[in-house]
Order: sequence, then C-alpha cells, then structure tokens
Amino acid sequence: MMSSEFFQNWFLPGIWVTIQVTFFSAALAFVIAFPIGVLRTSRVWIVRFLAGAYFEIFRSTSSLVFMFWIAFTVPPVFHISFQPMFAGVLALGITYGAYASEIVRGALAAVPAAQREAGIALNFTPAQRLRRIELPQAWPEMLPPFNNLLIELLKGTSLVSLIAVADMTFAGDLLRLVTNESAPIYTLLLGLYFVLAFLLTRGMRLLERHAKKRVGQTPEKTSLFGGMRSRSSIDAVTGTGGAK
Amino acid sequence: MSADNSTSQEIPNPAVDGSELIRFDKVVKRYGSNTVLDQLDFSVASGKHVTLIGPSGSGKTTILRLLMTLVRPDEGTIRVGGQYLTHEEKNGRLVPAGEKHVREVRKNIGMVFQQFNLFPNMKVLRNLMEAPVTVLGLSKDEAEQRARELLDLVGLGDRCDAYPTQLSGGQQQRVAIARALAMRPQVLLLDEVTSALDPELVAGVLDVLRDIAHTTDITMLCVTHEMNFARDISDQVLMFDSGHVIESGTPEKIFTEPEHERTREFLGAVL
Repeated sequence: MMSSEFFQNWFLPGIWVTIQVTFFSAALAFVIAFPIGVLRTSRVWIVRFLAGAYFEIFRSTSSLVFMFWIAFTVPPVFHISFQPMFAGVLALGITYGAYASEIVRGALAAVPAAQREAGIALNFTPAQRLRRIELPQAWPEMLPPFNNLLIELLKGTSLVSLIAVADMTFAGDLLRLVTNESAPIYTLLLGLYFVLAFLLTRGMRLLERHAKKRVGQTPEKTSLFGGMRSRSSIDAVTGTGGAK
Repeated sequence: MSADNSTSQEIPNPAVDGSELIRFDKVVKRYGSNTVLDQLDFSVASGKHVTLIGPSGSGKTTILRLLMTLVRPDEGTIRVGGQYLTHEEKNGRLVPAGEKHVREVRKNIGMVFQQFNLFPNMKVLRNLMEAPVTVLGLSKDEAEQRARELLDLVGLGDRCDAYPTQLSGGQQQRVAIARALAMRPQVLLLDEVTSALDPELVAGVLDVLRDIAHTTDITMLCVTHEMNFARDISDQVLMFDSGHVIESGTPEKIFTEPEHERTREFLGAVL
C-alpha cells in the first residue's frame, strides 16, 4: 500500500492545492461574472455586444487548451514567468466566469418587470435600481446554479495536474507510479472529490437559506442530500459540464 | 378639496391655464400596428382629481404609463409643470430627453400599481424608506419618521416589520400608496388600484384614497372601474374610447346625463 510518508508529503498538500485552486478560480469567476452579466443587459448595444462576445468566446473554448495556452505560450511571448497554479486559476476563473455571467444575466432577467417599473416610479437611477432592487432579488435565484457551477469547477481543477500543479489528482498520479496500485488510489480520489463537493453544497445551501430569509422568502427544509437537487430553471441554460 | 363645477374644463382644452400641471399635445402611442393613443390632447389643472373611464384597451392605462415614463410616446409631447417630460430642448430643437432630465421632471410624479409592486425583499418600513433615502437623500431618521406617519395614515402603523407577502392584498396596496406618498409627489397616478383585490378589501383602500383626496392638494389621475369612488373624489371624469377623449365633465354630468351614446352604453354596462 501507499507509504505514509509519501501520503503526507504529496497527498495532503495536494488536497490543500485543490482547495486553493478551487477557491481562487471561484473568486475570479465571481468577480468576472457580475460585471459581464450586468453589462449583457445594458441598453447600449456595443456594451451588450462586447460582454456577449466575452461570454461566447470563453464558453466556447476548452479550458484545458486555454490553460496550456496561458501556461506555455504567454511566458515566452511576453517574457514573463509565473507559477503554473496562476495559469490554472486564470484559465478556470475566466472560463467559469463566462458561465457564471450567464447565471447573473438570467437571474436579473427573471426579476419581474413590475419591480423595475416600481423603481422607475420612485425615481431611482438605473444604477440604484440595479443595486437596491434587482440584484438583491436576483441573488437568491443565482445561488443554486452557482452551486452546480462551483462543483463543476471543483472537478475541473483536476485539469491543473496536467500543467504540473501538484493538486490531489497530481499526487494520486505520482502515488500510482510509485506504488503501481491503481484501484485504491483512484477510488480514494473519487471519494475525496465527493467529500469536497458535498461540503461545498452544504455551504451553498446555508448561504441560500440565509439569502432567502433576507428577501422575505421562507426557505424550504432539505434533507441531508436535498441540497443536491437543482431547483432553478436557470440551471438549464448555463450549459455546465462542457468545460473539459 | 370639494368638487367645484365652475372650474371644470372642457377637454381638449387648448387654452394655457396658469395652473395647468399636465399637458398632452398630439400624443401618439402605438404597440406594433395597434394605435393605442391617436393624436391625444388633454390637460389637467393642478390639484384636480381626474378619473379616466372607458372600455378596456381604450388607452387609459397607457396615459398613466406615459406620464410615469414607463413607456415613451411615439409622437407628440407631454409637459408636466411646464417642462417637457420625455423631451428636452437643445439648440432650439426638441430631442428625446436624457435620463437626468427625465428624472428631474419625474420626481413630481408618483404611481400606485394594480399589482402593488412592493419590493418583496424589504420589510414594509424599508419599502417606504428606500427611495426617500436613496433618491431624495433624506437621513434615515427623517425617512423613518415620514414612513411611520404615512403608515399610520393608511392604518398600518403596526405592520412596519412585516414582509409584503405576510400582508393581505388590501394591506399591500395601502403600503404601496404610502410608499408613493413618501416621495411627496405633486401628481399621484392610480392605475386600477383595486382591480386585483378581493371584494371585501376594496373599501379599505378606497377609504384611504378618499382621505388623501379630501385632505391634500395632490393632483390625482385615476383609472378605475369603481364608479362610485370616481363619483366621490373626481372633479372631472374623462370618457375614453379608441384612444380619444369622447366626453368629459363633472361626475354629476357624466354619470347622470351623459351626452355621448358610447358613454351611455359603457356606463350601462358597468353600473
């Protein structure tokens, strides 16, 4: 079986790297998703077009190839060097930011027109309407599809092992080479991804319950696995799962 | 304020009255190939309570939506307090107004909707405070005081901490009226405000509006199917059909001796 020394030196840090890549990519995707999603609802066509172009381009490129592109073509061309993890986070964040922008756009579009009209009748500026009325109401609707996307992202972080970032998949591969044992290692990896995804889902469910309470909706109680259900029509349009 | 027959105007009235607050000039509004308002001229004097009646699709609600700038006219101009609402003058020419100009004129206008349109993510008190604080720049304390006074006025002083969904339709609509008044508008637009309510809740809402009509000098434009209410509060009733004002006058005249055949038919059907 696997040596405990190897496990400690590679596997545990690998889990930590996976968590870090997930966290930073998600943060980047989140920061990208809001402006792009909001701008895609702009009344100015050129703004809408540019934001839409971002979405179409990065939705339609392979995040793995994009990761290779950042890791292997950017440093020589621009004479800069960076950690492989940086390339991985950048590629994943930009790609998943495009998906998430669609969630933001969809949730904003789902806020009833009557709410916008009430905002106009009270003489809010368009920015105040967005900030005070539309985004707060759209936010709880974004969380279930964000959760799906976050889990996709977690699983997508295994791609960084291919640009030599020592995440837990990378550690598993090394361990397999050293021990020549495939079944226990890959089973363990699957289990680890599941545990991380499960923890993320529970966290997102808490966030969703909190958000719903804040907008005056009664959150539904869910069973232990209830949070895995996708309950929003927005899920259907994000096309999650094609990120490889 | 009491209805004063001597000041009621014949509509359309091309004369520029000193106290004229709202004026439509040759306003055309089309939805696709359907012309909802066709070269509409009409004006409302300051402080008057005007009720728009007429069959569905005759353009009454469109007039309110135009005034609230929820839709823009295809042709013609609207003035409020002498200022163009959706146009501004640049180099002597009338051009579609920018957001800033529209907001400046629009601040005089408030609206109550058929479906209330309260903000579901805010408690009742914050529904009333949000716009005065964000838009008018009132301090929280001032806004809260104003909100509580208005909630007392509409009989809901004890429901400050409820969310809109916890209230009945009638209570929600009273909150919506208070929310519109919190902006201190000169003009209040009432768009079929009792049409979405259960019959037993209508009276409470109408009582609140009667109270406001009789104790303030706010100008009201009201689209309603409640003919008794229209008779109670209106200084002037306008009968619409197919995008035109076909008859106007005091409620006494319109409801008891309408001149136009179409008005008689309509009132016969709804009364």
